[in-house]
Amino acid sequence: MSPLQIKKGSNKHSAYNLRPTFSDVQETHTITVLVENEPGVLARVIGLFSGRGYNIDSLTVAEVDHEGHLSRITIVTTGTPQVIEQIKAQLTRIVSVHEVHDLTAEGSSVERELALLKVAGTGDKRVEALRLADIFRAHVVDSTLESFVFQLTGTPDKIDAFADLMRPLGLVQVARTGVAALSRGKG
Amino acid sequence: MVVQALKDQGVDTVFGYPGGAVLPIYDEIFQQNDIRHILVRHEQAAIHAAEGYARSTGKPGVALVTSGPGATNAVTGLTDALMDSIPLVVLSGQVPTFMIGSDAFQEADTVGITRPCTKHNWLVRDTVKLSSVIHQAFHVATSGRPGPVLVDIPKDVQFASADYTPKPQAPTGHYRPQVKGDMETITQLVEAIETAERPVFYTGGGVINSGPGASQLLRELVEATGFPITSTLMGLGAYPASGRAWLGMLGMHGLYEANLAMHGCDLMINLGARFDDRITGRIDAFSPRSKKAHVDIDPSSINKVIKADMPIVGDIAHVLEDVLKIWKARGRRVNREALARWWQQIEEWRKVKCLTYKPSETTIKPQYALQRLEALTKDRDRYICTEVGQHQMWAAQFLGFEDPNRWMTSGGLGTMGYGFPASIGVQVAHPQALVINVAGEASWLMNMQEMGTAMQFRLPVKQFILNNERLGMVRQWQQLLHGERYSQSWSEALPDFVKLAEAFGAKGIQCADPADLDDAIMEMLAYDGPVIFDCLVEKHENCFPMIPSGEPHNKMLLGDAKATNAIAGKGAVMV
Repeated sequence: MSPLQIKKGSNKHSAYNLRPTFSDVQETHTITVLVENEPGVLARVIGLFSGRGYNIDSLTVAEVDHEGHLSRITIVTTGTPQVIEQIKAQLTRIVSVHEVHDLTAEGSSVERELALLKVAGTGDKRVEALRLADIFRAHVVDSTLESFVFQLTGTPDKIDAFADLMRPLGLVQVARTGVAALSRGKG
Repeated sequence: MVVQALKDQGVDTVFGYPGGAVLPIYDEIFQQNDIRHILVRHEQAAIHAAEGYARSTGKPGVALVTSGPGATNAVTGLTDALMDSIPLVVLSGQVPTFMIGSDAFQEADTVGITRPCTKHNWLVRDTVKLSSVIHQAFHVATSGRPGPVLVDIPKDVQFASADYTPKPQAPTGHYRPQVKGDMETITQLVEAIETAERPVFYTGGGVINSGPGASQLLRELVEATGFPITSTLMGLGAYPASGRAWLGMLGMHGLYEANLAMHGCDLMINLGARFDDRITGRIDAFSPRSKKAHVDIDPSSINKVIKADMPIVGDIAHVLEDVLKIWKARGRRVNREALARWWQQIEEWRKVKCLTYKPSETTIKPQYALQRLEALTKDRDRYICTEVGQHQMWAAQFLGFEDPNRWMTSGGLGTMGYGFPASIGVQVAHPQALVINVAGEASWLMNMQEMGTAMQFRLPVKQFILNNERLGMVRQWQQLLHGERYSQSWSEALPDFVKLAEAFGAKGIQCADPADLDDAIMEMLAYDGPVIFDCLVEKHENCFPMIPSGEPHNKMLLGDAKATNAIAGKGAVMV
């Protein structure tokens, strides 16, 4: 007889079904990472997220200090508090990473995203699109007789709201940069 | 330039295998005598041998492989070293810079492939940077939580000449991990030590990696406090197995008293271990009533699996020094009365004698084989490697380790085929020592080509194969969890190991009778050269104790003989 007292053929005893009992509330955090600007550094960061099963809601990256060869990566991610802590700790482990800041946890911050939205249409819809664009302070950066391209900056929520309004008015394409963010104040 | 940089880093041995893209480096090696090159028979073995060298010396291991298949063969070894935090510097050749991306012969995106299985890696595109990158590679591999690094060097970069940057002038970059622990939390830990009623030290590979000083401090603290101590597979030897506070290994196949002490403790002091799933079992029932202190040099290990009440980021040796200093200054207090009761409880658990097995006069029980090996070798200058499986767990249970850096086993990755090449690396580092690889026949066959290496370099490694003609651990799980359907776990068409040894020019010994075992082991030890010891053992022996996966520590299963008792006594063993 099997000394384990487990039914023959049972498969409910995987060694890997061992999830911890931390809080399961999902939080969205904006994490900014200062990295050495060297080949493959973005792959290291993205590989960490995919390899360990973390989410990326949005990601932006660009060199911010040419002399110091430093780039800033801004990542918006969603997870339980424990996962967010792990993400930060794991990012800090990467040898090319200089600094990791959780803007959501470290006090107030500004977040902006840029979007380009192409809206095609004529007549009333075209007038309405232009009127709404004015309310949202979107600029027209390209125009034909049948279309506009609007440029809009703001928080992701604002861009979502604008895109929702444009959809019935003939929204055909959207391009978004992802979030860039900095903490408020001097530090 | 590469060889010069290695010399400046104090490297005396390189494990490698040549190929088109590393020929310039091999040409440099040919023209000097300071660095010894050990020619392996497969790149995976080069990495495992470097791991064996690193783990038995505390110095980084160095390996050299060619581009393409050379680098991809190294991936298993790199992952193994990453999981077990072993410092390695691996140099790989690459096609010349102007051919990168053209699908050239033996081209592979080596830095891309090895990115997730190294601590860091570099592709050196400019000879000017080559020497400083190699120096930085050693810095990264050995500082903080150690790990493998890889430097990919295109062939044209190897050929070109440039000014050499000596080690002291090479920039180490911003990478400087924290080694001193937070004093406030350390003081909290000392306060907890003073009042704890049921404390336990839970130590891991971090103590070994921190260096011999850490093991020394650990021994001092354990002796002074009188707290019981258990260790993970990786940490064996940090505290001596003969020490009075030693409970034995913990975890899935750990000792009954060690696991129940973990389950019942009120203060758990984790030193350099990472709450691996083989240790914790079911997490929501893991040591439910304890305050947990967790000392680790890697902040990401803390609160990853188990929430720590006293998280301390730092190097074990530094933190232990501070703990001892503060604890002594405050009057060396512990809760003696409660501690005596705790030890009484532990003695009760010890009486279960969880390692008991049914002896046999006709067949060799694997446990018996290891008991005899232990008895006949424990007083010698001995290093033990293992492969992965039942034999590995029995070796951890039945062999005693008195010192750190004496035990080389693949813990995190569980790499079958690790032990034999690792034993070669250990023997290269310690030519006079007795190096034994405790193996299973299936694991051993995975890197058996290294017999050639052992013969070429006259490395008298002893391959102690517990041959049950099965993938024993797979068979055990199939028996326990899959209705005794033994799918593909029979080692069919095994070679005659004695003839195999003789084919390589080594010695082969076969033993099937318990009465002959001692003489056969002595014959193995007496032989000056590599030996394959084919120990034919009981074919259906299971490895106990065992915590069935998904169960907490107090739901342990003991040996077949005791299975009924264990279940009936469940309530009694609860603390």
